[in-house]
Amino acid sequence: MSENLTASRQWATRLLVSASVVVVLIAPLYLDQFWLQLGFFCFAAAVGTLGLNLLTGIAGLLSLAHGFFLAVGAYAYVFLAGGSEEGISGALVGAGLPSWLAAILAVGVAGFAGLLFSPISGRLRGIYLGVASLALIFIGQHVLHNYESVTGGFYGRDVPTLSLFGFTFAETDPVLMVLGVPFGREERLWYLGAAILLVAYVFARNIVAGRTGRAMQLVRDNEVAASSMGIDVRHYKASAFVLSSIYAGAAGVLIVLALGRAVPDYFGLALSISYLIMVVIGGLGSLPGSVAGAFFVVALPEVLNHYATSLPFLSQPGGDGVSAVQFSEYLYGLLVVAVILFIPRGLAGVFASVRGRAAPRSAPASDGAQLEPQSSERPHLPA
Amino acid sequence: MTYFVELLINGVSIGLIYALIAIGFTVIFKATQVLNFAQGSTLLLGAYVVVQLQERLGFYGAVLAGVAVAAAVAGAIEVFLVRRASTHEHISLAILTLGIDIALATELSRRIGSEVLSFADPWGNRTTAIGPFVVPQARLAAMVVCAVIAVAFFALLKYTSWGIAVRATAEDPEAAALMGINRHRVAATSWALAGGLAAVAGVFMGTAPSPGLTSTANVTALNAFPAAVIGGLDSPGGAVVGGLIVGVVQSLSGGYNDQVSFLGSPLSEVSGYVVMIMILLWRPSGLYGTREMTRV
Repeated sequence: MSENLTASRQWATRLLVSASVVVVLIAPLYLDQFWLQLGFFCFAAAVGTLGLNLLTGIAGLLSLAHGFFLAVGAYAYVFLAGGSEEGISGALVGAGLPSWLAAILAVGVAGFAGLLFSPISGRLRGIYLGVASLALIFIGQHVLHNYESVTGGFYGRDVPTLSLFGFTFAETDPVLMVLGVPFGREERLWYLGAAILLVAYVFARNIVAGRTGRAMQLVRDNEVAASSMGIDVRHYKASAFVLSSIYAGAAGVLIVLALGRAVPDYFGLALSISYLIMVVIGGLGSLPGSVAGAFFVVALPEVLNHYATSLPFLSQPGGDGVSAVQFSEYLYGLLVVAVILFIPRGLAGVFASVRGRAAPRSAPASDGAQLEPQSSERPHLPA
Repeated sequence: MTYFVELLINGVSIGLIYALIAIGFTVIFKATQVLNFAQGSTLLLGAYVVVQLQERLGFYGAVLAGVAVAAAVAGAIEVFLVRRASTHEHISLAILTLGIDIALATELSRRIGSEVLSFADPWGNRTTAIGPFVVPQARLAAMVVCAVIAVAFFALLKYTSWGIAVRATAEDPEAAALMGINRHRVAATSWALAGGLAAVAGVFMGTAPSPGLTSTANVTALNAFPAAVIGGLDSPGGAVVGGLIVGVVQSLSGGYNDQVSFLGSPLSEVSGYVVMIMILLWRPSGLYGTREMTRV
């Protein structure tokens, strides 16, 4: 009986995965630009959230600097792929590399920035690291505003189009028609985002299931125990930071590709906090939760805004009442509080307990081991 | 030289304001092991209440009301939210306060909008000359009031039974509970005290030479984070030292920004954080923080 249950669960998962693959593949044939662009932002944010969850959920290190590492990836791409040109606030320099190479190098640069932070990230404990990482945001903003020849200063800098072996992620070149639907910039980026999210997810899953992930979780739960098992605590803390900044760099590159212009204001403290919210709402330590959390947090204000005219509790843009963005902020704040108070494993925990409840109640007690842990168990929270 | 001393005086006065906020961080951290990210919006709430009531109650009455509201809200956050959390991990509780901060800050910035909260304080824009140095009176008042409050706070911590209870709880919560100390009361009063201190700091952040508080004052209040961390998160004395360091460094780096223009501007917004990073590299638990030693 327990085999039946496991088998049916596996089938359900497989069905869900194949259904989402089909939906992702055919969606650009039906959706308009608004939804495609929103979807791409969700994919990009999910990549970033996976990275922060590896750091905060798996390795138990609080970081308010995630937005900084996104900025490093984004601006590294803009600099490496951009040519020397005339910007709004003066001459800009760029390395003029092929854009696909620039994108890969930019992710590496973000990882290197994470490595440079290792004297801090390896040494500091718990909450001190959280506050120390706050410094990176402010230092990053300072550099972005002042190093104008590279970043373009306050007004930012145009983002070069990504092209991969002659295929550009833009409206034309080559002109592409699929089943009578013109595939422009949004359609192309949609597939790029989905593919990178898939790679990022599988990579993260392998890390968590493997030696590195287990070591990180032990460092999170008990540093002393980890040390006595021969785990180099400093090394794993520092590598968690490098890993998460690589993810942040990839997310940063994707996001500026969609934005079309890199501006410093986007990469402020609010961005770091919103990634933390995605991780917490999705569920600390849960990779599917990260994706769900990112989709929820990114999509909510946009969707509410899209339908603001038909939602009576929202004010129109410029009106006096609560705007869609403000409404979403209230909701995030309250959700974060609710998650910490009542549902410590976030959206992931809610799904798990729904699935656990759907299982037949007459199942023998030995089946308990096969079920997803209930949300009432000790939550997997960082120490 | 005159300019240097004026910058120094200005830095000390800002530093003492940061010190009040940072003392709040440390007393909360000592009593409940929580880093309270909602401190910034508590400060803004206090200031908002003062501005709303100052016409009806007069400035001093409004300040009392603002302090009372901020203290009550901070205490309520501890009693109704933090205490009831299903976890006692530092990071989860810090994120909980972050959630509270988002909700509270959004509501306050919606109400404040693009207005500037300016206080009807008795000092106005007047300045006083101390020898060759010209100092705004509001800054002098800030120095005196903050210094008095800080001294009173240390007396409270050292001599009253409440202070002994806080210190005992910080040392060993279980032993303190066994000695008959009511941990819940210690926690709630510490949070309320920190809220009140934040409200006072908020008022002085908005008086001359500052034109008033905008809805982003809660982010400015984050400058007290480096102050608290430099001193050590569990050391109220360190918070004062940290506050003074951050205040003076900010004031000097702002005042001499033109001489070091290659470092970019405004330097005053990052200098506090840079100093914090340097001090943490040297002492990972701050200057006076308890060093957690574990050897394996």
